[in-house]
Amino acid sequence: MATPTVVPIDKIIPHTVKPREDTGLNNVKIGIWLFLASEVMLFGGLFASYILLRVGADRWPRGEEYLSIPWATANTLILIASSVTMVMAWASCIRKDFGKYRLYMGLTVLGGLGFMIIKYIEYTSKFHHGYFPSTNTFLAVYFTLTGLHALHVLSGMIVNLYFWGPGAKMWHTEHERFTNRVETAGLFWHFVDLVWIFLFPILYLL
Amino acid sequence: MSGTSYDQIDVDHHVKIYLRVFAALAVLTVITVAVAELHLAPGWAIALALTIATVKGSLVACYFMHLISEKKLIYALLILAALFFLFELILPFVTENNSLHQIL
Amino acid sequence: MAESEHHDHDHHHEELGFWRKYVFSTDHKVIGIQYAVTGMLFLFFGFCLMMLMRWQLAFPGEPVPLLGKLFPRGLPGGVMLPEFYNELGAMHGTIMVFMGIVPLAVGGFGNFVLPLQIGAPDMAFPRLNMMSYQSFLIGGLIMFGSFFLPEGAAQSGWTSYPPLADIAPSGQTAWLIGMVFLITSSLLGAINFLVTTIQLRADGLSFFRLPFFCWAQFVTSFLLLLAFPPLEAAAFMQLMDRVAGTSFFLPSGLVVSGQALEVSGGGSPILWQHLFWFLAHPEVYVLILPAFGIVAEIIANNTRKPLWGYKSMVYSLIVLGFLSFVVWAHHMFLTGMGTTMSAFFQTTTMMISIPSVIILTALILSLWGGSIRFTTPMLFALGFLPMFGIGGLTGLPLGLTAPDIHLHDTYYVIGHFHYVVAPGTIFALFAGIYYWYPKVTGRHMSEFWGKVHFWPSFVLMNLIFFPMLIQGMAGMSRRMYDGGATYAHNEGVLYLNKVISFAAWGLALAQIPFILNLFLSLRKPKTASANPWRATTIEWAAPSPPGHGNFTRPVAAYRGPYEYSVPGESEDFTPQFEPAKAPVAAH
Repeated sequence: MATPTVVPIDKIIPHTVKPREDTGLNNVKIGIWLFLASEVMLFGGLFASYILLRVGADRWPRGEEYLSIPWATANTLILIASSVTMVMAWASCIRKDFGKYRLYMGLTVLGGLGFMIIKYIEYTSKFHHGYFPSTNTFLAVYFTLTGLHALHVLSGMIVNLYFWGPGAKMWHTEHERFTNRVETAGLFWHFVDLVWIFLFPILYLL
Repeated sequence: MSGTSYDQIDVDHHVKIYLRVFAALAVLTVITVAVAELHLAPGWAIALALTIATVKGSLVACYFMHLISEKKLIYALLILAALFFLFELILPFVTENNSLHQIL
Repeated sequence: MAESEHHDHDHHHEELGFWRKYVFSTDHKVIGIQYAVTGMLFLFFGFCLMMLMRWQLAFPGEPVPLLGKLFPRGLPGGVMLPEFYNELGAMHGTIMVFMGIVPLAVGGFGNFVLPLQIGAPDMAFPRLNMMSYQSFLIGGLIMFGSFFLPEGAAQSGWTSYPPLADIAPSGQTAWLIGMVFLITSSLLGAINFLVTTIQLRADGLSFFRLPFFCWAQFVTSFLLLLAFPPLEAAAFMQLMDRVAGTSFFLPSGLVVSGQALEVSGGGSPILWQHLFWFLAHPEVYVLILPAFGIVAEIIANNTRKPLWGYKSMVYSLIVLGFLSFVVWAHHMFLTGMGTTMSAFFQTTTMMISIPSVIILTALILSLWGGSIRFTTPMLFALGFLPMFGIGGLTGLPLGLTAPDIHLHDTYYVIGHFHYVVAPGTIFALFAGIYYWYPKVTGRHMSEFWGKVHFWPSFVLMNLIFFPMLIQGMAGMSRRMYDGGATYAHNEGVLYLNKVISFAAWGLALAQIPFILNLFLSLRKPKTASANPWRATTIEWAAPSPPGHGNFTRPVAAYRGPYEYSVPGESEDFTPQFEPAKAPVAAH
């Protein structure tokens, strides 16, 4: 080879962008759903543990004995709103409106940030009251489940921030692929929202 | 959504749906909190709260995650995951209590 | 099918630097080799741990010759400490299962062979594939490094049962963190395998034209994808127990060494067992299914016959996959679960033996009337059949609640599952190495030294594991530091400890021809043709070894995977990738 121009492997792998005829899907779409299926099993394991421990406990506190329902309600609304801005960002990709895309994606990241700030306030106030994961099983479940969920929010924010910033270069070079990527990031973000929709009543309200 | 060329998607229609779903989710969130304030009997409270959560979750999955118009393969995959999820959720509990009556 | 993006492979022969080519490679073949080599190193390391344990079992309390200076912490003066024995046991299991067999069978063979067999240029997500290997390597290094911690590696068995694991020394924390990396690696790998199989199959390669090996990897990947996350959840909880002081697995009122443990309590040690075995039973099938796949390929090739009952084998695989998720509590019959649920799990356990028997029977019937070539891979594949048979059948008494009361936690259990994975899966892996070596390297391994490897290994494997079945039936408990000498009822079977130990050390010697063969064959000239075994599946359409992008011409499947000895054909094999010879109207 005279000129060692490196051809990215993506170029020779079929169906990275265009769907395969018999499945009607591209690779990334199947990949993210498989990943979400495994996430379902991960949180399923934790929910199963919660059920087992709660049923086995002599007394199980109501969430409001330890936790703040107003903060959590606010967080639920923030996360739902950020899901909406996420789909709006995707819709802006299809409309080819880069300004709107930047705006909505930015709002999505800010929504995640707002959620994390409130989570931080909640955690520190628990620590101030002397409530730690080691205090009792309820708080152990609370900190583990919300902690793992917060890690997911954080990773979603990092991905979204990447597509808002440096990753957005692909908007101009491979628009369809970029739209797929935003959709994929969105699927993860909505899943994180979906998990919270269940965590909220289970931990705070029951 | 994949499989459809992006030019064929009626985005304006989609956006209208997103906003309606957003409104529904907000209202349902308020309802969940309000119901919790009523301090119903634990059985009813759990059933009601989980029903509302399921409705909200389905709205997110169907409209935001586009499951309402997804390809068969994804459905098959999710049914499989849902099945194993149920095993995972129910069986340890049942095994410890030796009967299904205690949950039903 | 839209294959238009798939063209001109010759253009993609670019030269990459050393690091991109061998270390941070995204090429599935390099990653497959990385996985296989690392996996084999860990297998060897895990075997060494076992050989050390066998000394203590054969000669309890006597100083180990030569090695005392090497391990001052675990073998002061050459005499093994009980804690060190526990470390060896726990890490032998962990290493063999999670860092030896799975990386070799799934990461190694799956990565190398699967894309080739389906006619794909690479995995669907090459960078994810690289991350999967690196995550595995980090997890493996953490596990290996934990031996150098001041208190040593994990000591709580590969099952890490709490409450002991919760209060064990720091090695257990390293174990948990290592596991999180290994699980992440498996998840990334599984997603990649599934998407690759679904999306990147060549034109004409419908699911029922897939070679059995691909089916085995496909079902295995589903198991990895859906069974591992619960263990990840459990690992997080045990980590919280150890680091943040929670009591997920610690019951109230726990007393350790005469002192009440200062924890909030209210947890459930059984919960860990549920989450652990929810993974670990499907994991058993992760260990065995790729072995089925390898053996099926080799048997079809060396009998020069189609597999007998290919479709029933595929359906059996799928049923196995499903059922493997609802049998886990048969590991827990003695935890005091009620009779209704033990009856349920006993029934599912008996049911799951049916598809395994169908697959094994189909493989044995495939031999009938074949003109068998006794090549080295075929010898190992043939050795696999009775060995897996013994392993499977000895499992039945364990799956029935009544005999399990007697056999639970005895050497019988060890004999049973080692028959499945050691002379079972590992023989299949050896078969696969001999079979695909020409494809990987372009060179042949020596048939003579292959046979010198096979026969002693076969005899010694049985000398190791069959006596364990006898010891177990005599009531000898596993995990005994002194080899069971404490208990008078073991007296009659104690002599077997020496037999097993000498057989184990002999087995190590029997691997020398293999190791030499593996490395010295690399120095031979590249003489292997593209299809040295005269096989039918698509990987043999690629050159040996395949270049970047795999195939030199576009490939497609024109028929089923095992068209051997088709009447009327001039050759005794009709490859999947050859177009029909009859004049075609098109053109």
